[in-house]
Parts: sequence; structure tokens; C-alpha cells
Amino acid sequence: MTLDFRTEALLQKHLADARINVELETEGMILNIGPQHPATHGTLRVVVKLDGERVVSADPVIGYMHRGYEKLTEFRTYPQITTLINRIDWLSSFANEVPFIHGAEQLMGIEAPPRAEYIRTILTELSRIATFVLFLGEMALQVGAITPAFYGFRDREHVLNLIEAATGGRFHPNFNRIGGVKVDLPSGWIDECRRVMKKMFDSVDQFEDLVVGNEIFEVRTRGIGVIPPGVGAAYGVSGSNLRASGVDWDLRRDGPDYLVYNDLDWRVWTHPDGDSFSRYWVRMQETRESARMVVQMLDKLPSGPVMAKVPRIIKVPPGEVWVNTENPLGEMGYYLISKGATGPFRTKIRSASFSNVSILPWLLKGVYVPDIITILASLYFILGDIDR
Amino acid sequence: MTAVSLLLPVLPVAVDLPWGLIVAIKTGIVLAIIPAGALILGYVFLLKMMSHMQSRLGPMDPGGFHGWFQLIGDGIKFIQKEDIIPAQADRRVFAAAPVVVLISTFLLYIVVPAGPRLVVADLDAGVFYALAVSSLSVIGILMAGWASANKYALLGALRAAAQLIAYELPLVLAVVGVIIQAGTMSLQGIVHFQQDASIFGWGGLGFPLILTQFLGFLIFLIAAQAELTQTPFDMPVAESELVAGYMVEYTGFRFLFFFMGEFGTAFAFAGIAATLFLGGWSVPWVHGTLADVLGPIVLFTKIMLVSFLIFWVRFTYPRFREDQLQAIAWKYLIPLSLVNILATGVFKVVF
Amino acid sequence: MAKQKPKLPGLISGLGVTFRTMMKPAVTVQYPHEREDPPARARGVIALKEENCTVCMLCARQCPDWCIYIEGHKEKRPPRRAGGKERTVSVLDRFDIDYALCMYCGICVEVCPFDALFWSPEYEYSEPRIGELLHDKDKLGEWMQTVSPPEPLEVGAEVKGKK
Repeated sequence: MTLDFRTEALLQKHLADARINVELETEGMILNIGPQHPATHGTLRVVVKLDGERVVSADPVIGYMHRGYEKLTEFRTYPQITTLINRIDWLSSFANEVPFIHGAEQLMGIEAPPRAEYIRTILTELSRIATFVLFLGEMALQVGAITPAFYGFRDREHVLNLIEAATGGRFHPNFNRIGGVKVDLPSGWIDECRRVMKKMFDSVDQFEDLVVGNEIFEVRTRGIGVIPPGVGAAYGVSGSNLRASGVDWDLRRDGPDYLVYNDLDWRVWTHPDGDSFSRYWVRMQETRESARMVVQMLDKLPSGPVMAKVPRIIKVPPGEVWVNTENPLGEMGYYLISKGATGPFRTKIRSASFSNVSILPWLLKGVYVPDIITILASLYFILGDIDR
Repeated sequence: MTAVSLLLPVLPVAVDLPWGLIVAIKTGIVLAIIPAGALILGYVFLLKMMSHMQSRLGPMDPGGFHGWFQLIGDGIKFIQKEDIIPAQADRRVFAAAPVVVLISTFLLYIVVPAGPRLVVADLDAGVFYALAVSSLSVIGILMAGWASANKYALLGALRAAAQLIAYELPLVLAVVGVIIQAGTMSLQGIVHFQQDASIFGWGGLGFPLILTQFLGFLIFLIAAQAELTQTPFDMPVAESELVAGYMVEYTGFRFLFFFMGEFGTAFAFAGIAATLFLGGWSVPWVHGTLADVLGPIVLFTKIMLVSFLIFWVRFTYPRFREDQLQAIAWKYLIPLSLVNILATGVFKVVF
Repeated sequence: MAKQKPKLPGLISGLGVTFRTMMKPAVTVQYPHEREDPPARARGVIALKEENCTVCMLCARQCPDWCIYIEGHKEKRPPRRAGGKERTVSVLDRFDIDYALCMYCGICVEVCPFDALFWSPEYEYSEPRIGELLHDKDKLGEWMQTVSPPEPLEVGAEVKGKK
């Protein structure tokens, strides 16, 4: 339909105005944190949309470190897989082997002798101490203090030397076998372990003086990144992150029996606020608790063999089993499907950090830009654990 | 500096050096002190003290003895690097920005006295001049951020400028108490006051103003920490974690200028703090020519002490967020320094 | 566990921590001038005792990375007693381990039924080129000298009786 020139002009003017409004519409600035970035532990990419200083939306992009673990396990035998899965969460590598071996042992109906279970628990708790001590140092680094990071690495060395003396490898022990552990501890290890635990207590006290009591640290972390317990549980957040929101849930005590936690006298630490400070505090207390547990276990260590009777060629009978444990990062589980071969048919790895990171889009809304770093550091994920 | 001071007793007082030569000598001395001071501070505190606080050794190999050559080697490395200027950058402003920052450092050294006769220019309004000139570096930082043609550099520069301007006020106000007590704004005059004044009638021992101006000293140190963008106030520089600081596009010797400016300014601020609060070059019972010889050494020791405090705090504390930083300056430091001035004024009149 | 004595403000005690650490000696081990010895069980490099090897290929089959390359041939040897049958013996021609692929898991050392492979804590064998990390049986035999002797086990370990 043709309009007369006045209406036409008015229409064109309105259209022009509308176009300018669309062009001038200021979108938020899109900031790409990572994948190569000192603040994320590894190759995590968070695409953040900013409005001035505040975050409007955040999107974690994972997969830069995907190594295809679940596919790898389809073509390997059980001892070979034990070697590989050390590398999923590389800071506390012993704790990754334990649920897998437990699953295979359950399918075979074998129970490891008590000395082996004690040694496994001691090494799991040592891995927990090693990774948490590093966390205590390196979250302080993300918040700005450079010295605690060095203390974290320095104190972790003692535990790594212990693990190396027992298993031969500092980071990748590869010590579990179906039916027990590979070989017994070397002589003098128990006394050395006691000495190292004393050093760990001193080290955590040092972190408490240097970081936790520091008013600047408190001002940077209190009230930042609060995870309400219901939301956390809904997103699958687990481990110390959930315990820092007040949820009293620890798979070592509440899950099905595994290792020797029932024989020990220990407590679960929770904190009512759900902010970054409480996550730091809970992990600090858990480090102390792990050291106490190790000392108890050293006193109670039974004597005896470390390997049950297993056939020379291990073929796991057909079946399916789900084993979940308390990895230092959270809840880690393996779903093993075996069809009677020397290797599993399918392994599904439920890793803790994958679910911990899924809360990031919800959590990062409306925070300031420096607080993104604090929150990422306090959630404590490892990229190998997210991407497998 | 000690070499010159050793010469002065030898030179007969009647010799009238041509004015141009005197200016050239003084300029040369100050130009030499900036990298020397930066090197000494950088090596002792940044490399060695930080390393020992972190349970490690720091550089040990360069130069053989505990790695003293490390920073000089770093300087040489920076100088021989390619000079890269972003294509869309404003070339002249980009090149001028580090020079502006260095100039403000250079101008600061002019008023710091190292002995009764060893001062480049003893201005009557020395303190006023020093504090005014130290804020020139803000212009340099803004120029650097703008000329980099980088959105993130500009944001970092704006944040740095906001922080530096906010902390100018506590810096100035903290010093007013010293001026009230000493009665003069000339730095040489303040040192003489600290040497000659008496505490409760005990003459001769000197009266470092830190004894009554402790609050002022604290506020001055905190404000100086922020002026130097050191942790816990280094959000503009640690932005390079997240975005990029204002120095992101600078490489090679231009970056070296910024680095020298930072440590040179630290040396100068420590010098001003030592002069205003700790007594500068003055040693009890030492006057005249001996003070000319000992003065630089004593001042150097006091500068090391103050720098130790600055760097100790830098390596221990985490950093503040930008809004918390501003809140501290405006809501806590400024009222405190005003209270300090009030109290000093009252006590000066009453006693 | 509340401290009984009054606590210093956190800022001051933090400064105390760094000051005290500065006063203590540093923990750095200045490699290569000083060296720390790894424990006896450390998985540094794999050494081969050639006379024990019977070319059974178990290690090459079990290796997760397939980094062991074995070639051998059968030879006839004179019988032990006069009038007996001739013996066939497997002779090892080539036993290469590619340390660029090896992940130091130790499965080969464990599965060898004839105790021909050993762990050695030797770790200083880096090469400038990655192709040179393929070590042959002579080099592996040299490393036998660095293998640590079997060490005593901890109190409470099962003592296996000699058969």
C-alpha cells in the first residue's frame, strides 16, 4: 500500500530511530578467563559476561583436557587401568585407585587382608593431607598473598617423600592391586610417618596464623560465593564444599563400609556459612583430622600379609558394581561393568570436580570480577578430574 | 654519594664552581641514584628477602656470590629486546608515558637530604614539593593506559589512577603533623629539628619524630604502600591475573623504565619517610663534616629499615578488592589522619 | 580448642610467621651442586639382567603403553649329558625400552616370572633428543649396577618362609 509522503517520512524516521537504538544497545563486555590462565588450575575456560564490574552470566567451557579415560579402560587389563587412573586427580592420586580396586574386589568376592586395608587407608589420608596442604597455600595465592603458596609446596614435599618411600612414586603411586597392596612398607616408615605428621600439625598452625586469622583474607572471602545447602546438593556439589555449607555428610562415615574408617575415632567438620572462607576453614580442619587419623592408624596397624590369594591371571566374573568414595575433591565413584574378561567392559567415572564446576553459572551471577577468582579457588577443582 | 662527601672537606670553600657544572654534577648524581637504588632495593628485598621468607634461596648463580648480578643481567636483557609498539597505539604518548613516571621519581630525589650540605636543592617548601611531584606518576599511568589502544589496559589504568588519587590525601595529611611539630616545611630543617630538639629536656640525643607521630608514620606507610601499588593494594597490577594491567603493552626497555620507576619511587618514599620520621641523616652528637661523611650511610640504613617494613607487608598479606581499597582510604585513613593533626596541634599549643 | 592466651590480631601474627620463616634456613637443595638421594624403592629407571631373560614376552604384552620391543631367536645347544636330546634356548637379540613412552608404572617388573627386570632409583638420564630415549639392552644392563639391594620390611610384615 502506498502512503502519502508525510506518513512515509514519519515511518522512515521511526524505523531509523529504532535502528539506532538497536545499534547503541550496550551489551555487556564478554571476558574470556582461560583456558590458559594462572587463576584456573589447568585448562578451564570461563566465558563471563560483565556489566561494568559485575558478572551478568558465566559459562564454564570444559573439555580442553579430555583424555578419554573411559574409552581407555575398555582396552586395558585391571593392573594397567590402576596405573592410568592415578592420573585423573593427580594431586591426590592414591585416592583414585581405591574405589576402582574395591569394585573389582567386590565382583571377585575377594577381601583384602586387614593390614592391606590399613595401609590403603593410611595412604589415602596421606594423599588427602598432601592435596589439602597445597590447597591452603594456593587459595591464599589466588587471593593475593604470595608466600603461603610456597609454604604449601614445601610442606607437601614431606608427605610426597613418605609416599615415595612406600610406593616408589611421588605423584603416581600405582600401589593397589586386586587383593591388597603391591608390597609391604619399608622399615623405618612408621617412625618417619609419625615425624611427618607432627610437621603437618605445625604447618597447618602456620597457615592458620598466616592466612585464616588475617583480616584482609577474611574481608576478601567472607560472604563471597555462598552456596546454600539445598542448591549445592541439587547441583551435585560434594565433599568439603558441601560440608562448608553445613551439610553433615561424609562418605567415609555415611556411605557403605570401605577401608577402615569405622575403627577410628574421628569427626566430620562442617561450617554453617557457605562462603569461600568456610570452604577454606573446613579443609584446614580436615587436614588436621586426617593427620590425627594417620597417627591412630599407625598405632593400630595389624601385622600380617598384605596380599590375599588371587589367581595368577585375574579374570573378574561378570557383573556390575558401583563404588563411591570420599575423594579429597568430593565424591568420586566408579561404575564397573565386567563381562568376565581380563579388563572391564565399561567403566563410568563419576568425578567430583565435574559436578562441583556445574554450579558456577548459578554461583557467579552478580559477583565482582576479583571475586570470580576467589570463588574458583575455593571450589578447588582439578582439571584432570573434570575432563578425565 | 660517599665519594662526593669525602671530596667536600678537601675542596676549599672559596672555590666557585661554574653554575652549569654544579647542575650537571647534581643531575648526574640523581640519575645514577635511581637505578642504583632500584637495583639495591630490588636485589635485597625482592629477590633475597622474599625468597628467604618463602623458605627458598633466590638467585644464587649469576655473578657467583648469591646471585648479585641477577638484576643487572635482567636490565641488560630488557635493553636488548625488540621495541614493540602496538599498531593502533598513539606512538608519542606511548613512548612518553614511562618517561613521565621516571621524571616524577627523578624530581623526588632532589629534595631528600643526605647530609648537612648534601642535598641537591634545599627547597623551603620541600615537603609540599615532594608530595606534589609524587602525584605526577598518575599522569604517566593514565597516558600508558590510554596509549596502549587496549581496552583492558585502559580499565587497569583507570583503576590505578583512582587508587593513587584516593591515597594522595592520607599521604599528605599524615605529614602535616610532622610539619606542625617541626615548624618548617623544608626537609633539611626538619632533620635539623630532629637532631637538635630535646625530649623532656634531654638535649643532644635528638628527637626522631616517630616517637610522637607514630600514627602519622603508620598512615604514611600505608598510603605509601598504596602509592607504590604494592600488595595489599596491588589490584591494578595484579589485574594481570584477570584482565591486564596498564603495563601490558610495554616490553623491553620501556618496561624497564616502569620497573625502575616503581623501585626508585619506593627508595625515594622510604627516604622521605626516614627523613620525616626517623631523623634522616642525623646521628646523635655528630655535627659538621663528620655528618657529611656518615650522613649518607645513616640515611641508607634508615631507608633499608623502612623498605624492609614496606616489603615485609607486601609479601605477607593478600590483596584488597578495589572497593574495599577505596573504603579504607576514604572512611578510615583520612579521618584518622585528621584526628592526628588535631591532636598534634593541641599538644603543640599546650606543651 | 580455644587458645588460652590472648590472640594477636591476625595481621601481626601473619607478619610474625614470615619473619620467623626468614630467620630459618631455606629448604632449597641446590641441584646440581647438591643432590638429594631418592628412597631405595623410587621408580627411576628399569634395569635388565640379561642372563635371566627367556624371551617370554610377558613384559612387552602387559605394558600399557607398548613401549618394550623384544626380538629373540631360538638356538640349539648341546645336551647336558652325553646321549641326551639337544636343548633349545631362546636368545635375546633386542630388548629396547622407549623411555619417551614409558609411564614408570612397573607392571613389566612385576609380571616378569624370571626376575630379569629391576627398578633402579637412577634419574639422571635425560637426553637432548627424544629419539635417544630408546635405550637398548646394553644400557639397561649398565643400570643394573644402580639397583638398590632388597631392603628390610617394616615391623609386622609377613615373613615369607624360604622353601
